[in-house]
Amino acid sequence: MEANTRSIGRLPAPFLTPGSSSFMDFLGAHSPDLLPGNRQLPPLKGAVQAPHGTTIVAASFPGGVVLAGDRRATMGNVIAQRDIEKVFPADEYSAVGIAGTAGLAVEMVKLFQLELEHFEKVEGVQLSLEGKANRLSTMIRSNLGMAMQGLAVVPLFAGWDVDRNKGRIFSYDVTGGRSEEHGFAATGSGSVFARGALKKLFREDLTEAQTTTLVVQALYDAADDDSATGGPDLARRIYPIVTVITDEGFRKLTEAQCSEVVRAIHERRLQEPDGPRAALL
Amino acid sequence: MSTPFYVSPQQAMADRAEYARKGIARGRSVVVLQYTDGVLFVAENPSRALHKVSEIYDRIAFAAVGKYNEFENLRIGGVRYADLRGYTYDRDDVTARGLANVYAQTLGTIFSSAAEKPYEVELIVAEVGAGPEDDQIYRLPHDGSIVDEHGSVAVGGNADQISSYLDQRHRDGMTLAEALKLAVESLARDNNGGERTLTAEQLEVAVLDRTRPQQRKFKRLLGRQLSRLLDGHATDVSVDEAEEAPAGPGTDEAPGAS
Repeated sequence: MEANTRSIGRLPAPFLTPGSSSFMDFLGAHSPDLLPGNRQLPPLKGAVQAPHGTTIVAASFPGGVVLAGDRRATMGNVIAQRDIEKVFPADEYSAVGIAGTAGLAVEMVKLFQLELEHFEKVEGVQLSLEGKANRLSTMIRSNLGMAMQGLAVVPLFAGWDVDRNKGRIFSYDVTGGRSEEHGFAATGSGSVFARGALKKLFREDLTEAQTTTLVVQALYDAADDDSATGGPDLARRIYPIVTVITDEGFRKLTEAQCSEVVRAIHERRLQEPDGPRAALL
Repeated sequence: MSTPFYVSPQQAMADRAEYARKGIARGRSVVVLQYTDGVLFVAENPSRALHKVSEIYDRIAFAAVGKYNEFENLRIGGVRYADLRGYTYDRDDVTARGLANVYAQTLGTIFSSAAEKPYEVELIVAEVGAGPEDDQIYRLPHDGSIVDEHGSVAVGGNADQISSYLDQRHRDGMTLAEALKLAVESLARDNNGGERTLTAEQLEVAVLDRTRPQQRKFKRLLGRQLSRLLDGHATDVSVDEAEEAPAGPGTDEAPGAS
């Protein structure tokens, strides 16, 4: 931390240099030590033990997109946290859900939110949805050194594209590779099972309410088969975080709304533990 | 063998102040008023792209008159300062007082440095608090001084006249429509005491509205919403109720995105 945020003095040159609307560029010029990508990890033997976040799912519907995540963080075989939040608003029209090393992921989201807000304030307009997705790509790539040591962060990014008037989903790999997903996507340790559920249940014409049920069903199935994914905890009232992004912007379902969806699914699963069945042919 | 002229330091400073004041006096004015739900900014500015009023942070906004490139530079510096501070500590740790201090130091250093020309700008930094008594408004003249203002303040070409007009008529607890009406009346008076008519297209209006549910309290008033407020049809409409203004996508929910 340089003196500039502490001591009062004339704004130093990087503050007044015109040109860049990126907060990360500014950090790079003014205090590069604050950029996560510039951090060096000493060589280690074996993996670092740190809490890991698990499953994130997303699905689009005609008026928008839903992004949801479970609430568990694990460290090896231990449940590190039962009520972690892994889905965040990135700005008014997009959200990001994170799987991977929780500490680094939360920091990445904080910087990503700031990057979008900073651009918006400096330029007076928002970045395009593609532009936001690309920024996130760069941030994941800068974490590659950490990822090689087992501290990967793999997010899922979803937003409402105001230019094309539709909800879109972007998934990432650990090297920052970005791909647009059509319909639905999942990331994290339970994603294999979640994707299976999404594949069988997803239809193009679902309503917003049906889509929220769909993503919670997928998280339920992921928690059923993956020990690192937390199912809805009815006793402690810990439900998945479900967010909806439409042309009206980002919205997070309240605890009461989530509880309603979760309880409806739970009731049905008391009869059919494996969840709804798809047609054979 | 030329002997340099001796210029007394008093004279040098007076000349620089004169230079800066003349530059500022050429521009149109900006007025900032407290109203019951926050702080209102009104500028006479026909441009939709080059703003005189802008968002700095959650509860902090910036208004400026004078030379565009100079105050734009300071604005971006302020956004960077606020974002860095919020990133390093917490969003609550970014305050108008801190920002005003940094601006004052910057302006003061530039003003008294013989190597640089003084900035021809006058700034206002305002922060909206939990209640009207917690609102803060700082005026920063070209020479690096800070003036803590209450109620209403004007900067720019006709500032003295507008200020005294505002001082006489501004009172606590005005509604948004009342405050806007007063602001526009004060801006519409010209030097000779005559009145012009200012339409919505000639005005740049923004508020820091403490009742906004979003974390970022800054909002521009545009288009139909502004016209309605100016016409006095929407005396009691709060900013967010009247949000069907036909501005482009993004402007309603995204503060500062206009």
